[in-house]
Amino acid sequence: MKMCCGALAVVLLLLSVDAATIDRVEYDYFKYHPMDEITKWMTQIEKDYKDIARIEDYGHTYENRTISLLKIGLETGQQKKAIWMDCGIHAREWIAPAFCQFFVREILQAYKTDPKMNEMMKNMDFYVTPVLNVDGYMFSWQNNETRLWRKNRTPGPRNCTCFGTDLNRNFDANWGTVGVSYDCCSNTYCGTSPASEPEAQAVTKFVGSRKDDFLCFLTIHSYGQLLLVPYGHPNFTADNYDELMEVGLAAADAIRQVHGKNYTVGTSPAVLYSNSGSSRDWARMQGIPLTYTFELRDKGMYGFVLPEDQIQPACEEAYEGAMHIITYAYNKTFNGAVATAAAAVWSLILAVGVTSATLM
Amino acid sequence: METGVLNPDHYPARRAARVVQHYLNTRYGSPYKVFHLDTVHSATAENVTDSGRKYQVEFSVKDMISKKSVKSSAEVFFPKLDEATEKQLQELWYQQQRLQQQHTPVVTISCQEPLAIDTKAQEEAWYQQNKVNQSLVSQNLPDSHGHIEPGMEPLWHLGIVASSFIMLNQSTENTLYNMAQVANVTQLETENEQLKFEYDILLHDMVSQEIPRWRMQFTWSPTEGVRVLQMQHLPKCHNCKLPETN
Repeated sequence: MKMCCGALAVVLLLLSVDAATIDRVEYDYFKYHPMDEITKWMTQIEKDYKDIARIEDYGHTYENRTISLLKIGLETGQQKKAIWMDCGIHAREWIAPAFCQFFVREILQAYKTDPKMNEMMKNMDFYVTPVLNVDGYMFSWQNNETRLWRKNRTPGPRNCTCFGTDLNRNFDANWGTVGVSYDCCSNTYCGTSPASEPEAQAVTKFVGSRKDDFLCFLTIHSYGQLLLVPYGHPNFTADNYDELMEVGLAAADAIRQVHGKNYTVGTSPAVLYSNSGSSRDWARMQGIPLTYTFELRDKGMYGFVLPEDQIQPACEEAYEGAMHIITYAYNKTFNGAVATAAAAVWSLILAVGVTSATLM
Repeated sequence: METGVLNPDHYPARRAARVVQHYLNTRYGSPYKVFHLDTVHSATAENVTDSGRKYQVEFSVKDMISKKSVKSSAEVFFPKLDEATEKQLQELWYQQQRLQQQHTPVVTISCQEPLAIDTKAQEEAWYQQNKVNQSLVSQNLPDSHGHIEPGMEPLWHLGIVASSFIMLNQSTENTLYNMAQVANVTQLETENEQLKFEYDILLHDMVSQEIPRWRMQFTWSPTEGVRVLQMQHLPKCHNCKLPETN
């Protein structure tokens, strides 16, 4: 009798532990976390969501640290369509890695409660890199003097004593043409050659090797409250510019509905400045149709040092914006044609049915 | 460069309107009043033959403390820079530079009543409190996590106001400035009834993505506002020794 009750108690305890994993108290998504905590968090997520989350290491930084992402989606054994999101390509933009972590939590929770997300996870994989520029991010945590570091930590070429390449000028997309500096001390130094940097190479290799799978490439930055569409070079227009703008404007509407914040939508050269070698431009050139740069809060009051009490609202609104784009991409691929055709057929049937009913 | 009616969401209008924000803060800002550009409603630009470019902007700014919004219009004139001055401004990041007065944009505003947000009582209280004590000292406002120590907000606000003088002076059609952080504040001895401060300030120029560092000495009182005594661009260099201030 006692043993049976003991066993029952253990079973009940295990069940309650499993149910509690989502509401685990430990991780505070509304504080900034140093790299080691983010790494631990990724491991925990993988453990807690064994059936749909997996860490993949896909490169290394200059200082030889691993670059990892969380692949989230149901394992079907087949090649699936995918969504790409990266955060923290610029070290000082701390709200971006915070958003990637929040995004992961949201989609994992939605997977259990929202049929649409559940369906998306069956048909798609989400690839989320919480911190791309690991060396730079860790450097920005060192002390007050380093907090506003932007680039990676590759030493400069000979004759230049400064460190770092601007990773978002280093991709092979009109590299070195506009909005860059060839001075290695500059914050927009584009590097020694296209994708000279290991961090850029990691993304290039991973995304490049399965580019036809990706529906959507979102790269998260701060600050400015902008949604930027390709291209950064003023002389080039994306062939789906109209679609990018339409979806972007709708995403900005979704953002505004959360906390009233306005995000401006447009190409970099129009809204901000011309630039070349961005990861977004590279992704679009690979044929990934929906590529956006998110510049999160704020508009300059706090800038890079966004207070922690704004992490939650900033993440909530950005989530709605990102999900709008992702859902659009998903529907276009999986439901779009089918849904429109089905709706047309039904309308016809109903029209015929009504007509014949009245006749009878 | 564009002339005629500008798209208010595009950078030429946004940069010009930001200059107006800096101007407003130099004129009306205080430890209890700081304006931040909210929206650009409309803008136009024209070339002024041989001397520069003139923008007309309609915009809203918000006082970040009272949260009151003010709609206004202004004219911004960017004087044409000769090549040498243009180059000097661009090389600012790597060398110490003396201020050049001739490139400062000229701003004229037409606002109705709007800047009459009453902060007299708070300003007076803060002024009196620190006129005698003269011991205010702080660093990293905001800190790495965006946090400002309670009681230090007026020092942060004052830093934005004072740095607006630099940002106004340094602005061109190719810059977009915000103050990134106050690195250091030291209150100096009160002079002629004016509170006196030395600030080390970090600016952020969105266009170059650089973080220029400036050291300023200025005075402030409720009646006189901010008066800048000295401003000095500090070199960006990890191994450099920062120059002594006298």
